[in-house]
Amino acid sequence: MSVSIDARGPRWSAVFTTIVLAIALVTSNVWLILFQAIVFAIGAIRGPQFTPYAFIFKNLIKPRLKSTVTFEDVRPPQFSQGVGLAFTLVAIIGSVTGASGVFTVAVGFALAAAFLNAAFNFCLGCQMYLLILRARF
Amino acid sequence: MRENTPVKTFIPLAFVLVSATGYGLWYQRTRGEFRKKKTVNGPTLSAAIVGTELGARATMVQFSSAFCTPCRATKALLEDMVKTMTDVRYAHIDAESHLELVRELNILSTPTTLFLNHAGVEVGRAMGTPKRAQVHAALAAIH
Repeated sequence: MSVSIDARGPRWSAVFTTIVLAIALVTSNVWLILFQAIVFAIGAIRGPQFTPYAFIFKNLIKPRLKSTVTFEDVRPPQFSQGVGLAFTLVAIIGSVTGASGVFTVAVGFALAAAFLNAAFNFCLGCQMYLLILRARF
Repeated sequence: MRENTPVKTFIPLAFVLVSATGYGLWYQRTRGEFRKKKTVNGPTLSAAIVGTELGARATMVQFSSAFCTPCRATKALLEDMVKTMTDVRYAHIDAESHLELVRELNILSTPTTLFLNHAGVEVGRAMGTPKRAQVHAALAAIH
C-alpha cells in the first residue's frame, strides 16, 4: 500500500505552480523555470508532499481551510510532478541553446497542465500514463 | 547578454489560458459520460478475458492504472452499485499488466469503463468517474 496525502495539497501546489510558470512565460525568465524545475524534481523524486509549495500549504493554508480532508494516493500527483520536470528541463535546454520558441512551447505545456490541475482537477496521469506505456511497448 | 533582454509579452500566456480553459470545460463535461459504440458489432469479451463470469444482462469492465486518482472512486461506486443488482456484474482490470488488451480495445485513458451486454459485446464506454445516475441510465439501455 502506498502513501496517502491530503488531496488538497497537490491542488494548492498546482495553484502556486501556475503562478510561477505564468510569470516565467510572460517574462521569459529562465531562472524562474530553473526554480520550478527544482520544485518538480523534489516532487517527482521525494514526493509532492516535500516540496516548498507543500510546506506553504501545510503551514499557511491548511490551518485556514474548513473543508473536510480527503486523502489520495501519492502516486498520481508524483507522476504529474515528473511530467512537469520533463517540460521544464526541455524549456531550460531551449533557453540555454537560444531556442526561445522551444522555451515558450515547453513552458506553455507545463503551464497548461498546472492550470488544468488547479482549475479543473485535471488528472494528468489518467490521460497520459497509458499513452506513454502504449507508445513504449 | 544585454542584447538578449527578454521581451515581455502576454500573448503566449493568454493563448495557453484560453485553450486550457476550453479543454478543461470539455474535460469536465465529458468525464463519466456514457458513449454508445457507433459500430453495430463492438468487440466481444469473454469471461476468460474479463476475469469473472459475465452478468446475465450486463457487465461493467473498468480499466485502471496506478497514477489515477479517480480510478479508486470509480471502483468504489461501481462495486457498490452491482451489490444490489442480480443481473449485472463488475470486473476490474489493471491496464498496465494488460497492455495488449488495452491496445486491442483502444483504451486511451483511465478510468475507462466498458459496458458489455449479456453476450459480452461492448455497447458503449465511459471515461472518467461516472455519476450514479449516468451508470443507471447506461445499464437501463442494455437489454
